[in-house]
Amino acid sequence: MTKNRKNLFVYIFLIAGIIIVLFPFFWMILSAFKSDADVYSYPPRWFPEKWNFDNFLKVFDMVPFGIYYMNNIIVTFFVTFGQVFISILAAFALSRLNFPFKKLLTSFFLITMLMPFVITMIPTFLIISNLKWIDTYQGLIVPFLFSGFSIFFLTNFFKTIPNDLQDAAKIDGCGYFRILFSIILPNARPAISTISMFTFLGQWRSYLWPLIATNTTEMRTLPIGLRYLVSEGGGEYQIMMAASLMAIIPVLIVYMFCERQFIKSVAMTGLK
Amino acid sequence: MNMITGRGYRKKEVYAAFICMAPAVFLAMTFILIPLFNVFYLSFTNWDLLKTSKNFIGFDNYRYIFKDQKFVKSIINTFYFAGIKIPLDLVLSLFIAVLLDKKIRCLRFFRASYFAPVIVPMVASTLIWIWIYDPMIGPLNQILGSFGIKPVQWLNDPNTAMPSVILFSVWKGLGYNIVIFLAGLQSIPNNFAEAAKIDGANSRKIFFKITVPLLSPVIYFVVLMGIINSFKIFTQISVMTPKGGPLYSTGVIVFYIFQQAFENYKIGRACAASVILFLLILSITAVQKKVGSKHVYYD
Repeated sequence: MTKNRKNLFVYIFLIAGIIIVLFPFFWMILSAFKSDADVYSYPPRWFPEKWNFDNFLKVFDMVPFGIYYMNNIIVTFFVTFGQVFISILAAFALSRLNFPFKKLLTSFFLITMLMPFVITMIPTFLIISNLKWIDTYQGLIVPFLFSGFSIFFLTNFFKTIPNDLQDAAKIDGCGYFRILFSIILPNARPAISTISMFTFLGQWRSYLWPLIATNTTEMRTLPIGLRYLVSEGGGEYQIMMAASLMAIIPVLIVYMFCERQFIKSVAMTGLK
Repeated sequence: MNMITGRGYRKKEVYAAFICMAPAVFLAMTFILIPLFNVFYLSFTNWDLLKTSKNFIGFDNYRYIFKDQKFVKSIINTFYFAGIKIPLDLVLSLFIAVLLDKKIRCLRFFRASYFAPVIVPMVASTLIWIWIYDPMIGPLNQILGSFGIKPVQWLNDPNTAMPSVILFSVWKGLGYNIVIFLAGLQSIPNNFAEAAKIDGANSRKIFFKITVPLLSPVIYFVVLMGIINSFKIFTQISVMTPKGGPLYSTGVIVFYIFQQAFENYKIGRACAASVILFLLILSITAVQKKVGSKHVYYD
């Protein structure tokens, strides 16, 4: 087979793959605008007859979608902010400071990464329940403020910042927190933004914990709200698609802007 | 104080470190360490959230769940899921990564497109696929119908429910492994393959005898991640098949634990199942480590 023919096959295969992979998204976008007639006709129509914006409004009628959205934003924001802040502090200590039990604590944090959340979810639920934090924002936020992964990611990065800046500052009599703010943070921006992005995305779609930790409709987050749209919404597909579209859009926008950064950090995790 | 300064630690440094580490350590102990001990402890009690007393009942919970058909099925289902999804995912993503590595144009576009399902929130995408899988009005049966294939019941049929979930999960996770493999492939220096070509090896031989061994650390990582993630799946099952699917064909271990704890309130039993899951994950990780040390080549 000549090189050109080979390349042609490669392109054809890849494009066919892309069509298959992206098909569900096209289906969702097209269907969000369909009416009942489009959906339930047999065979089902692929393109809506008229572009119907009603579905988006209907979503808000069926469930308090706005509240779900807002809850998601609040919880995700505070978890991201809190987790990154706490991880920066811990990573600074682990990478730059010397203190007793350092090795023990490092191993401890390492082991926590082996522990899938599933294993500890029941006692965590009991703790939150005893604190009367079920159906509260703090109940949704606090358990996720610790992340061994974030801490190690940042620790490894902080270690790469050269020591001379720090030593010079110490000679000048700088306190440790001054060092943290003036030297480490400005140099660690790419790592901090990467880990913030990871945490943000992970928390935005968090499902298992909010499912357990909320009982009332008002405190549901977006993924839970979407899931109950299926059972409580009466299963009208096109409305589900409108809701999905609204849930996906912010993520897609972030993705389009930060795509390169994403792919880079994912690739890095594989190469360690 | 003396202990601290005696070992050559600076007081100020230790204070600073304490402040920095305290939040993380406190959270880790409260939400990971203590719950871990609690899970073990509770698995030996008969607590069910409605009773006020917790009585020690030894291994009764464990005996119960191993006799429970649903639990046994959940383990089988989990292995079934992992056993099909991981190889399928591995082969597809490696294949596509190899294709993408051939210096084609618009690499960035292809890679970003394949990665898109990974980014999209899980629940929102399951909603799309629930419709796609609908036997009457879903597009999948419609497309198959145009090839003359009779409509399949997908999520409603005990034989096809789990494969449907597997297909969705493969779609969702493919891009992640493609990106990782692509990075791995691009980090392999060219000289090996070129030297082999000069010696007359064809591309298939080059691939299997040179590329794959050089990629083995990456493959190892992908498989390990795949296994651990397969044992954790819950969201798509809970949304696509809220009751565990027809004849419990999609109930996986985490789903069983969830049901026992939060629908039946049998905390003791759920914790026993959690402990089993934990031991399973540990042993599989240990096995993989052993296999890895034999077959993975680091340079």
